[in-house]
Amino acid sequence: MLLLDSGLRRNDGVLVKYVDEFRDGELAKIIAANIVREADPQRVYRLMEFCGGHTHAISRYGLADLLPASVRLIHGPGCPVCVLPIGRVDQAIRLATEQGVILCTYADTMRVPASDNLTLMRAKAGGADVRMIYSTQDALKIARDNPKKQVVFFAIGFETTTPPTAVAIKQAQAADLKNFSILCNHVLTPAAMHAILAVEGGVALDGFIGPAHVSTVIGSRPYEVFADDYAKPVVIAGFEPLDVMQAILMLIRQINEGRAAVENEFTRAVTREGNRKAQAWVDEVFELREVFEWRGLGSVPHSALKLREKFSAFDAELKFSAEYIAVSDHKACECAAILRGRKHPQECKIFGTVCTPENPVGSCMVSSEGACAAHYSYGRFRGATL
Amino acid sequence: MSYTRPLDFKNGRIEMSYGSGGRAMAQLITELFAKVFDNSYLAQGNDGALLPCVNGRLVMSTDSHVVSPLFFAGGDIGCLSVHGTINDVAMMGAQPLYLSAAFILEEGFPLADLHRIVVSMAQAAREAGVPIVTGDTKVVEQGKGDGVFITTTGVGVVRDGITLSGNLAQPGDKVLLSGAIGDHGMAVLSQREGLSFDAPIVSDTAALHGLVAAMLDSGACLRVLRDPTRGGLATTLNEIAKQSGVGMLLQEAAIPVHQMVEAACEFLGLDPLYVANEGKLVAICAAEDAARLLKVMRAHPQAVDAAIIGEVLEDAHGFVQMVTRMGGRRIVDWLAGEQLPRIC
Repeated sequence: MLLLDSGLRRNDGVLVKYVDEFRDGELAKIIAANIVREADPQRVYRLMEFCGGHTHAISRYGLADLLPASVRLIHGPGCPVCVLPIGRVDQAIRLATEQGVILCTYADTMRVPASDNLTLMRAKAGGADVRMIYSTQDALKIARDNPKKQVVFFAIGFETTTPPTAVAIKQAQAADLKNFSILCNHVLTPAAMHAILAVEGGVALDGFIGPAHVSTVIGSRPYEVFADDYAKPVVIAGFEPLDVMQAILMLIRQINEGRAAVENEFTRAVTREGNRKAQAWVDEVFELREVFEWRGLGSVPHSALKLREKFSAFDAELKFSAEYIAVSDHKACECAAILRGRKHPQECKIFGTVCTPENPVGSCMVSSEGACAAHYSYGRFRGATL
Repeated sequence: MSYTRPLDFKNGRIEMSYGSGGRAMAQLITELFAKVFDNSYLAQGNDGALLPCVNGRLVMSTDSHVVSPLFFAGGDIGCLSVHGTINDVAMMGAQPLYLSAAFILEEGFPLADLHRIVVSMAQAAREAGVPIVTGDTKVVEQGKGDGVFITTTGVGVVRDGITLSGNLAQPGDKVLLSGAIGDHGMAVLSQREGLSFDAPIVSDTAALHGLVAAMLDSGACLRVLRDPTRGGLATTLNEIAKQSGVGMLLQEAAIPVHQMVEAACEFLGLDPLYVANEGKLVAICAAEDAARLLKVMRAHPQAVDAAIIGEVLEDAHGFVQMVTRMGGRRIVDWLAGEQLPRIC
């Protein structure tokens, strides 16, 4: 965009920066030239960007066009709504329709396809009280404003969204808020990376572009195991296009040098230890689930969180005896293979025909962070035939 | 005639009787609408306005307004409902002549707010030189409306020799934009979400028929005019591409956006290309006339930031593509459903 004015200050006087500094086309050209110079055309660099935020940035800025053919980007499963199984959305819809709760949810979740051709948005149109919120604080406010109604927050997401949920639970407990609970679906990034790498016969991956926002919370240390035990380089990168380009260059350098280390491109926000305070809150409120079913990755042990016993009064699954019933995906849907980086969206039979952003069948088509929606919305002119 | 207590525009509220066709409704019309809108057509006091003959082809357009919040930085639902319909008429290349206004009011709605909205409409109509010549009022029970909904209809006349239509874009044509995108949508949304900045983001709501007249007078070979309202610039360009059976290639670096709008979009996980505008237009014109048209637009106070943002291509897929400022290419697609903020 052509920016028309500069110097934006928030109310507290802090200058809002870091929007455009990391979207500089001239700098991108320099990094791209370095990538072209350093990438060995005789080999393939298969790099997985774990996060949907990266997938979105790559697609939105057309970064694939800046890379040589030897660099292949594989879209990973780090899109919160993409890994949410149908049965979990069903559970949320049932709470709203059968138990009559006010269901609060982040916006992305509204369109995730569930059973019986339903989504939370369609359930809302059918009369269920589903509210789109920006923050867990909004959900608490709705609970305080509606003391006669039960309010359930559909808590989803990776480590980025977990601390705000933990804070809300602590606040709800302190205020003795009896009409507030959460349907907990918080999941863990390192566990998903393990699940991708621990495939029999190995996995066709040469390195990871590591999460941005997740890493601000958990730090860079949890990825060291992937470099040490699986010999996969990891470069933690911000979500801006220049971050992604720089991370790709750093990965190529590691691979060329035969190294596997955790490197941090996102030093302006990520430290090795992460946000200790947020980690302490999460640890106080949550504990590991034995096993959690992911869409695409299947059942992964110790890959998700549930509320600790002392907070069980806020657990909607217990409070409403809301059972999780597993539901299998659409037969033709390739989300599972796409989320593991085994297939491209175009290789799915129903991509762009039966499954489109207007009528998503698979979860990868729901959010613009999903591999299929990103390719459909931003990149389908590539390889389009008449 | 017996004494009637005047309406209480300070503390009064809309009651069901204001829509029932009886004395209360007549009083609302006399003391508010007729008085504030004040023109000879409305003063005829009939169910419809009798209008003089016009020379030329007529354009008619209608638009309903349901904005929340009703009052926002830079405007309110009142002036918005006048500007929106004037612009729809103007985008057909017409000189807007008359407006109608229909109100759906919710029981309990403060008369003070209604008065403020009606005054704002009257002022917008007066500034634009387009009178509100007829109207209607209905009242719905509390909880069945959102304060006030306003539908306006506009009539205009197109002079001979002018034909603008969304199906006339041709490969090689240039795409022009009259100014920065996303101001209106982010003004409303940042207010709704309680986002506050030093200087608020101000809606761009404005009547554009003056700008359109200047563009038509330039003699440039204009083919399409459209105001990128709901769905933003991206949606409008996709509509034109589809109607004309062409593709487009935009240059992201040329598309103007206020930095504050971009920052607010970042906060909320939105893309300014899909955010509504209420005082901007997109023009498609023959390539050889583009520079001249741009000069005329930039000389007009409503389009000082106008820019040539791309060109029309031959493309059976109808893809609107964009060279990003990073140098890559992407599609600028139709919006799927509502624009929903992303989680992380």
